[in-house]
Amino acid sequence: MTALVTLRNVTKSYVRGKQKVEVLHGVDLTIETGEFLALMGPSGSGKTTLLNLVAGLDQPTSGEVLVAGDRIDQLSRGSLSDWRARHIGFIFQFYNLLPVLTAEANVEVPLLLTNLSKAERRRRVQVALELVGLAERARHKPNELSGGQQQRVAIARAIVSDPTLLVCDEPTGDLDRQNAEEIMNLLQALNRSQNKTIVMVTHDPKAAEYASRELHLDKGLLTNDTRRAA
Amino acid sequence: MKMFRQIGAVTAMNFRSLPQRVSTSLVVVIGIAGVVAVLVSVLAMSTGLIRTMETTGREDRAIVMRNGSVAETSSALDRNSVRLIVDGAGIKRDEKGEPILSAENFRILMLHKKADDAEISVILRGVGPRLLEVRPELKIVEGRMFQPAVAEVIVGKSAHAQFKGLNVGDVVRSRGANWTVVGVFETAGDAHESSLITDAETLNSIDQRGAFQSVTALLESPSAFQTFKDSLSANPALAVDVVREREYYRQQSKTMTTIISVIAYVVGGIMAVGAVFAALNTMYSAVSARLQEIATLRALGFGSTAMVMSVLAEALVLALIGGVIGALLAWAFFNGNTVSTLGGAGGLGQLVFELSVSPQLMILGVVWACVIGVLGGLFPALRAARLPVAMALRAV
Repeated sequence: MTALVTLRNVTKSYVRGKQKVEVLHGVDLTIETGEFLALMGPSGSGKTTLLNLVAGLDQPTSGEVLVAGDRIDQLSRGSLSDWRARHIGFIFQFYNLLPVLTAEANVEVPLLLTNLSKAERRRRVQVALELVGLAERARHKPNELSGGQQQRVAIARAIVSDPTLLVCDEPTGDLDRQNAEEIMNLLQALNRSQNKTIVMVTHDPKAAEYASRELHLDKGLLTNDTRRAA
Repeated sequence: MKMFRQIGAVTAMNFRSLPQRVSTSLVVVIGIAGVVAVLVSVLAMSTGLIRTMETTGREDRAIVMRNGSVAETSSALDRNSVRLIVDGAGIKRDEKGEPILSAENFRILMLHKKADDAEISVILRGVGPRLLEVRPELKIVEGRMFQPAVAEVIVGKSAHAQFKGLNVGDVVRSRGANWTVVGVFETAGDAHESSLITDAETLNSIDQRGAFQSVTALLESPSAFQTFKDSLSANPALAVDVVREREYYRQQSKTMTTIISVIAYVVGGIMAVGAVFAALNTMYSAVSARLQEIATLRALGFGSTAMVMSVLAEALVLALIGGVIGALLAWAFFNGNTVSTLGGAGGLGQLVFELSVSPQLMILGVVWACVIGVLGGLFPALRAARLPVAMALRAV
C-alpha cells in the first residue's frame, strides 16, 4: 500500500478574541490508499480541524500536508479550489444538498467543474445514483426525500467525479439507526469494492466499527490508532 | 469555458432560489423603479423644453437687438435703427425689392391657467405686416388673422389650451385696452405657440411707445447670415447684436434646461444612494440566506469568481427589472404631458411644452439602475467570495 495522505508535524491555531488557541499540536499521520479511517474523539479534540486540513478546506499554521502527491499547505486559495474539485468527495452531516436542484442535478454539480460533455455527465450521474440505489428518485428535490435518501444523494455527488479521497463529517449524525446502518454499509462497500479511501469523522462508535482503522484524538493530539482486519 | 459554466451554474441556482426571497428582492426592484421613474420624468422636462426650443427658429432667420442685450426684454430699437436695419445686406427681398422682416415688440399679459387658476405671465408679441412671409410656418387653425390698427390678437395653440379666456371672441383686458381674440394659430410646436400675437404698431400705439425691441429678418439663405451681420456691424450709426434665430432661442432656454437637469440629477442622485443601500441590504441577506449553498459549492471546488459574478448577476437583473419598470412608468404617465414654466424662461415669457420621455432617456434610466445594482451587489458578492469555507460549513 502507498501513502495517500501524509501529515508532518502539523499545528493549527485559531485566534479567538485576543487569545490564540492551538487546536492541533504537531500531528504526524499517514493514511494509506484504500484505507477507511474513522477519526474519533470528544468535541473540541480537533478531529474536524484535522479533516478540513486533509480535505484542503483549511491551511495548517505550520507543518506539511501532502495529499495525492501535492503539498496542499503550499497551495493558494484558488489552486486549492481546483485541487479539491479534482481529488476530494465530500459527505456532510446535514447532506448540504442544494434545495432548488433535483437529486440528479445535485449529483451533477461537481461534474460542472470538469470538461465532460453533457451526455457524459448525464451518464455518470445515472451510474452514481444507481450505485446508491436512488436511480428512480433522480427527479426528486431534496425536500421530497427522506434523510437517508438525501445522504445517499450526497454520497452519489461525492463519488460521481471519481475523487481520490472521500471525506465524511459525521455522515450518520442526522440519521436514525436503520438509515445510519444503510449509509455505513454503502460507505464500506465503496471502500471494499471500489477501493475508495475514506476519512470519516464520527462520534458514533457503531459507525466507526465499519472503518478499517480507528484513530482517536484528544486535545489536539493523536492518542490511539487501531487497525481492524477486513 | 469551465469558468463560464461555473458562473452559469451558480447564477442559475441563485435565480431558482429567488422565489424564496421574493419580498426582499422586491425592495430592490421597487426602490430602483422609483429612482428611475423620478429621474427620467424630471429629465423629460428638460428634454421636452430643449426639443421645443430646438424647433423654434430657423437658420435663415436672424434677430437683431440692441448691442449688449441678452434677450428681447432688455433690448430697444428706435425707428431710425429699424430703418437702417432694413437696408442690411443679405435680407431676402420680394420682387419689388422690399425686405422681408418684422420689427417686433412685446409685453407681458397676466392670464389665469385653466388647471388651477394660477396667474401666469404670457407674452403678447407685436409683429410687422410681413409676418406670414417672415414666419411661413405660422398657420391660422381657427378664426382669422388680426387686423392692424384695431386691438385684435391671435393666440398660440398651447396658450389657448392652457389659459382661460382665450377662445375666439373672448376679450382680454390689459392696461385699459380690450384685446379681442380673433384666431388661434400654430407654429409647428415651437415656443411661439405659448404666446399671443398682434400688430406691432397697434401695440405701440395702445402702450404709447414708439420703439421696437427686435427685428426678425428672413435671410436670402442660411449662409447669408454673416453678410447680414457684417453689414450691420459696419454701419457706425447702428449699435446692434445679430444672432441666428435658432441660436437665440437655444440660448434663452439654456439656463432653465440646466436648472431642470441639475434638479433631476440631485434628486435622482439622493434617491439612488438610498436605492444602493436597499440593494446592499437585500443582497447581503440573499448571501446570508444562501450561506450553506455558497459554502458547499466552495467546498466542492467552485471558485470565488463564480460566486462574485453570480451575486452581481442577481443584483444586476433585479436592478434591470426595476430600471425597465421605472422607465416604462415614466413613459406611461409623463410622456406627452403638457407642462408650462412659471413665468419667464429666460426672455421667453411663460412657455408651454410637452414632456418628452425619449428612448435615450429611458436607456439612461436603465443604465442608472444597472450602476445602482452593481454598487449594491459588489460588497455582498465579495463577502460571498471571501467566505472562509471551513468556518461557514461549521456554522451551517
